[in-house]
Order: sequence, then C-alpha cells, then structure tokens
Amino acid sequence: MFDYETLRVIWWALIGVLLIGFAVMDGFDFGVAALLRILGRDEHERVVLLETIEPTWEGNQVWFILGGGAVFAAWPLLYAASFSGLYVAMFVLLVAFIIRPVGFNFREKVDDPRWRAVWDTCLIASGVIVMLVCGVAFGNLFLGLPFHYDGDLRMTWDGSFFQLFRPFALLSGLVSLSMLLAHGASWAAMKADLLIAERAAKVSRIASAVYIVLFVLAGIWLAYGIPGYAVSGPVVTDAMSNPMNKQVAVGGSWFASYLTHPYFWAGPVIAFVGALGLQLFVGRRGFLGFFCSCLAVAGTILSAGFALFPFLMPSAADPTSSLTIWDASSSRGTLLIMLGVTVVFIPLILLYTGWVYRVMRGRVTLEHVRKSHSLY
Amino acid sequence: MIVDPDVVGLSRLQFALTALYHFLFVPLTLGLAFMLAIMESVYVMTRREVWKRMTQFWGVLFGINFAMGVATGVTMEFQFGTNWAYYSHYVGDIFGAPLAIEGMMAFFLEGTLVGLFFFGWDRISPLKHMLVTWFLALATSLSALWILIANAWMQNPVGAAFNPQTMRMEVTSFKEVIFNPVAQSKFVHTVSAGYTMGAMFVLSISAWYLLRGRNVDFAKRSMTVAASFGLAASLSVVVLGDESGYTVSENQKMKMAAIEAMWETEPAPASFTLFGLPDVKARETHAAIRVPWVMGLIGTRSIDQPIPGIAALVDDAKIRIADGIKAYDAMLILRENKGDEQAKAILAAHDKDMGYALLLKRFMDDPRKATPADIQKAADSTIPNVPVLFWSFRIMVACGMYFIFLFGYAFWRSSTRRLDGRRFLKVALWSLPLPWVAAELGWIVAEYGRQPWAIEGVLPTALGASSLTAGQVWISLGGFVLFYTALAFVDGYLMLKFARKGPDGLGMWPKRPDAIPVTAQTV
Repeated sequence: MFDYETLRVIWWALIGVLLIGFAVMDGFDFGVAALLRILGRDEHERVVLLETIEPTWEGNQVWFILGGGAVFAAWPLLYAASFSGLYVAMFVLLVAFIIRPVGFNFREKVDDPRWRAVWDTCLIASGVIVMLVCGVAFGNLFLGLPFHYDGDLRMTWDGSFFQLFRPFALLSGLVSLSMLLAHGASWAAMKADLLIAERAAKVSRIASAVYIVLFVLAGIWLAYGIPGYAVSGPVVTDAMSNPMNKQVAVGGSWFASYLTHPYFWAGPVIAFVGALGLQLFVGRRGFLGFFCSCLAVAGTILSAGFALFPFLMPSAADPTSSLTIWDASSSRGTLLIMLGVTVVFIPLILLYTGWVYRVMRGRVTLEHVRKSHSLY
Repeated sequence: MIVDPDVVGLSRLQFALTALYHFLFVPLTLGLAFMLAIMESVYVMTRREVWKRMTQFWGVLFGINFAMGVATGVTMEFQFGTNWAYYSHYVGDIFGAPLAIEGMMAFFLEGTLVGLFFFGWDRISPLKHMLVTWFLALATSLSALWILIANAWMQNPVGAAFNPQTMRMEVTSFKEVIFNPVAQSKFVHTVSAGYTMGAMFVLSISAWYLLRGRNVDFAKRSMTVAASFGLAASLSVVVLGDESGYTVSENQKMKMAAIEAMWETEPAPASFTLFGLPDVKARETHAAIRVPWVMGLIGTRSIDQPIPGIAALVDDAKIRIADGIKAYDAMLILRENKGDEQAKAILAAHDKDMGYALLLKRFMDDPRKATPADIQKAADSTIPNVPVLFWSFRIMVACGMYFIFLFGYAFWRSSTRRLDGRRFLKVALWSLPLPWVAAELGWIVAEYGRQPWAIEGVLPTALGASSLTAGQVWISLGGFVLFYTALAFVDGYLMLKFARKGPDGLGMWPKRPDAIPVTAQTV
C-alpha cells in the first residue's frame, strides 16, 4: 500500500503535526502561566486567568506526551539520541512539566497568599522554562549537535549542557518565548474578563512585534551565518534505518531545501500572515486574533522543519552520524501500523477536544470568580 | 563499549525510585475513577443529592492524586530516552508503539475529560456528566492496558526479531505483541489491584468519619460502595494474580524459581515454601516450612511437570550463552558483508540466544573471547536477588488474602446494616496503607525479579543504559529525590487537610442532617 519512503515522509509530517499541536495548544497555556503576574494584577484577576486554561490545559499537555511517545515509536533513533544527549536540559524541562499539574491543582487548595505566591512562581517559571528550552533546542539543531555512533549504533555525546547556549540558539529561544507570550496573551484577550483582555491584547501586540523582528533576524542569520548540512552522494530513501550508511557534507545553506521545494515557502508566509493578522485582530470581538496567533506558531514550526529537511538532528561531531528522515525511522511495519492507529484516533481526539472547548466556551468574568471564590 | 557501571547502577536506582513513586498514585487513580463513576451513576438514577456530593467530595481527593500521577508520569516517558537510550534504540521499534497508542487512545481522553469532570457540573446535563466520568474511568484503565502491553513485552518479548543491519529488534507480528498472554494477566491483575486500593481509600476515610460521628449518612453510603467494589476487586486480584503466576512460570522460569527460593529442581509436583530464610551464598533455604504439591499445582497446573530450580536454570543459561556467542559472531560477519549466506543461517538458528551473549558485555568488549569462567560468571548473573523476591512476594500475597477477608467482612456488615462497630472501623482505618505496600512489592517482584534483563533474554539491563557520566545522573537523581520528597509532603498535607475537612467542612454537606446543603466549587 504505502512504500517505506512514503511512510517516512508521512511520519515526518505527522511529527510536525504533533509538534504544532503541542505548540499551539499547550503553548497558550504556557504563555498565560508565564504572564500570570503581569496580566493579573490581583488575586481575582489571576484566578480569572487560570480559569481560562484550567479546564483544558491537561488535555493540551497530552500533545506533548503524545509527541514524545510518537517520536519513540516512529523515530526511535531520534528519541534516544536527543533525550539522552540533552540530558541536563531534558531534566530541567521535565521539572517544568512536573510542576504544572500540581501547580494548577494545588494553588487554590490553601487560602494563604504566600502559598499561592509559591505556586504562581512555579507556574510562571515552568512556562518560561519550557518556551525557552524548546526554542534553544531547535536553534541547536541548525548548529549541529556533538554526537556520534559506534558500530553497535551506540551513541556517544561529546558536549556539555552549557555548550548548548550558543548565540544563535539563544536567539531561537527568544523567538520561541516572544511567539508563545504573544500566543498566550491572545488567548487571554479572547477568554478573560474584558478588563484583563484589554491589557492582554496590548501585551500580545508588543510580544508579536518583537517576535517578527527576532524571527526575521534569525532567518537572516541562518542564511548568511550558519553552514547548512546536505546528504552527499546517493540518497537512499527506503534503506534500513542505519545512519552510518550515508555521507554528509557541511557548508551549504539551510535554505537549499527551500530552493528545491519552493512550496516550503508556505511556512514563513503563514508565520508572517499570522503575526500581522494578530496585530490587526487581537482584542477585537471573536476568535480571529487568536486564530492568527495559531497560524504564526504553526508557520514558525513549519519554517524550521522545512529548512532542516531531510535532517532531523544534524551532528556537528561526525556529520555522517546525523539523523535524517531516511535513516532514523522505525521499520516499515511499525510505521504502517502506527499510521493506521493515528488515522483513526487523531480525528476522534479533535472531535472530543472540540466538544470540551465548546462546553467551556465564553469569557471567564471577574464577577463569576468573585461569586465562587470564597468557596474554594 | 562497556557502559560505566556507576551510570547503570544510578540509572537503575533512579528508574526504580521514580517508578515506585509514580506507582503510589496511579493505582489510586484507577480505583477512585471507577468509584466516582459508580457513585455518580447512583446519583443520576436516584437524583438524591447525597450521591452527587459523594462524587464531588471524593472527586476533590481524586484531583489531588490525579495531579501527582500526571506529574510523575511524564518522568517515566522521558526516562527511557534520557537514561536508557540504547534500550530505546534497540527495542523502540516495538516498545514505542504501545506507549504512543496509549497516548492517542487513552491518555488524551483522560486528560481532556478530567477538566470537564471538575468544571462541567453546571455546564452539561447530569447524564452527560456521568458519561464523562465513566469515560474518564475507562480511559484510566485503557491507559494501564497499553502501558502493561509495553511492560509485558519486556517480560515476554514475542513477535519481534533481531535485524543485524539496524542493530535492533524489529516487529515481526504486532498481533503477538498486543495479544501477549503476559499482558492480559498483568493487566487484569494490576487494574484490580488499583480498584482494591481505591476501595480501601474510601473505606478507611469513611471509617474515620464514622469513628468521629461526622458525615454519617455520607460515610455509610461511601462504605457500602467501597465494600462491594473492594470485595469484587480483591477477589479478582488474587484469582488473576494466580493467572499472572502461571504465565510467569511459563515465560520467566528464573523469576519463579527466585520467588520460591527453589535452588534445586524438586520432583513434581513441587511444594510451596510458606516460610524460609534464603541463603544466597550457600544456595539453600534454611528453616523452610513447605506445603506439599501447592507450587506445582499453581505453577504448572499439573501434578507431573517439574518446575526447574535455580541451579538447573543457570546450567541452561550457560548453554544459551555459548549458542548466543555463535549468533553474535554471525551478526558481526553480516554487518561487514550483508550477503553472507552461511552467517545468515547461523544467526537464524541462534538469534533467540543472542541476548545471552550480550550478558558477557558487562565484563568484556568482545563476547567471542569469553573463557568458560566468564561464561560461568555471566550465567550466575542471571540469578535475581532471591531473598528480596521471596519476601516481597509473600508479603504481597498475605496482603491480598487480608483484603478479601476485610472487604468480605465489611460487605457482610454493610448488608446487615451494622457498619458502626468501633473495632471494625478502627481496623478499616488502619488498613489504609496496606494496598500501597502490596502494590509496591508487586512492582518489585515483577521488575526487580526480571533482572539482569531489561528485555527478558534479549537485552541485559546494563547494556540498555545511555552513555552518560555518573555526574549527570547524580544531578538528576539528587534533583528527583529532593523534588519528589517536597512534593510528597505537599501531597500528604493536602490529602490529610481535605480528608479531615470532609464534606461537612467543605460546605458540601450539612453538619446537621436537617440543614440544606450549600452549593460548592469543587476544584
């Protein structure tokens, strides 16, 4: 039915879908959490902000969990190399993810401003950490990571945690941070009490303006300052997954894939249209502002993924060890079965997620929170 | 390359601690979710306010526990990649799939509906809300199903074969992976253990209210649900635990022999050692009290099949290591020359034993250079920690028997409307920790008993670790210990606080029976 090459391309696209799902859905939760004390001036306002995301954040986070599981199942080499190589960074990310469920649930369980301040700090920190770490990780992909394989395909990492903080990677971190702050604020502008919404719209506009500048800057830097990777020699797209059977040349341009696949330009175009639309529509009635913000987030991830194509995780230490979509996947059988499962369940997930959002529709008002607050 | 033994040891310790910690919360989620669904169903059928309040009150405690379960669950998914990278590479083709399917089929549903459970009371009809609760409960158990399918594959790796070109195991039959008999028995055993824990939780806290004379109607109804649900659950935990034991003896003979501290093969049917002091050095069990026939009946369901002892299994391992070395040699030849027919034939004949050759990798880089002494050492390393398994198993089983007795007694008392005996209530209250003891020990029997294997017979644990430095793992291990300890205090504090407050203290239920219940936010 599907050959190995097609399945690999589909699974590359599906990982993109999951990543976008995570960034769009969980991204605004992170943004709102990070802005908790900026948008929420007092306890009531903070409760309003939290209540805009509390009923649904848990489901949103599953996009992340599923992303991890799907990479494990479809791209086991990528899962193993990235998670173990970025060990300390992953631990930091993990702590951020552990704090969130308890932060949301425990925050209002004790009526004491100091208790709530502790959990607020945790929620804010976890939001900022995840946005930064994910962005820095993406930036590092373009710079190449320090790993190589031996004959048993055991990976060795030749770098340290602090070597990840390279200038371009930090810029990527800021792109991610500004993008998701804008995204979170656009959610608050749509869902929170009008008093807060106005403030949120302002923050969203500022953050997305910063994002546009940084995103362009990152693009220019990538075009002129960072050597790209390319598979040299014959590209075998349906061989068994062993990264050591290819040759890789470093020194080209990361924009090369945009030249061979002109429709890849859709990525940055969507990002710009989204960010500009956000400037126009955020804070107006309806969901258009937030929708544009979703486009910006999706477009940014598409731009990065397309530029990397066909690489998943380039290696600077030994370019041959780089992981590409042609040599880091599961076997054909696993990809096929997982595709079957995905085709059935992703639509179902979208369906019931949509229903829950519909049930929870409407703004969370200060009046509503004041009424029920004393009963927490 | 030999992985630093410190990294292996620390990674194992970290995995065990984080898994045992995660497993404090998961079974309670499994059990409470179903009890909530049952209580809410009674509410929808009778429309009596008390049943709604019960669902909401136990729901608050469920929520605290659920948050901890989710928080500690992310760690588990990360850790395969962070600390067990070679494992992830070597078996990701098979092992990753059930984890991803769990996310799509179960956890997504669970995560999406849990918010509606708390925030949806006034937004959807009671019937719809009840369905949300039921789907939430089903999703938690479905979640357990897929995780246990993954885990069962580690215990009994079916439907997969080694591929020398990719240096990993690849799926040959997904059907066999899903319908793994070990997965089925593990699933039913584990979820019913969770249901038992949920029932005990409700039973004990309700007993405390009755001892204090608080929330009497509320607590009695809760106890009735807990007693009947708990009786069914504890019965199935033991019956299906026996099934689990049977599948263990089929697939993991060494684990079975270690649980029994059975050093030598006994003539069939083997006896069950009720008590004894296993002596690892002398390889014998002192002061053993044996019940004739029982072990042979449980383990083989026959009276004429012997259960092999540890010594026989070590001898068996030696043969398999020698065969495995042949497969390893053929694998290396094939890696250089894909077309070598002779090597292909040798690999095909012996690849079931290649994992045994990999046991040698702990001691040397090249298993082909192993001396008979090395092989003996590797074969001896297949014996798990006998005293720990022996005692963990016995305490777990004793707890299981006690649960049947306690829930049976509670059921009888609730049927005869005599739930207020103080001695009974005290026993019910103080039995609260026992399901946790049993569940944690069950994990130890299943997972510690699988050592030295990460994947039984396929991949030794020591080989599965990532190429990290001990310093890195110290950082994360220290971080987890600090962080999880702090969370344990917070969780314990909140659980106690809300259990103490009770439905009356939370304004969900009147302190005097004639007062009208007030509406309350349940988050």
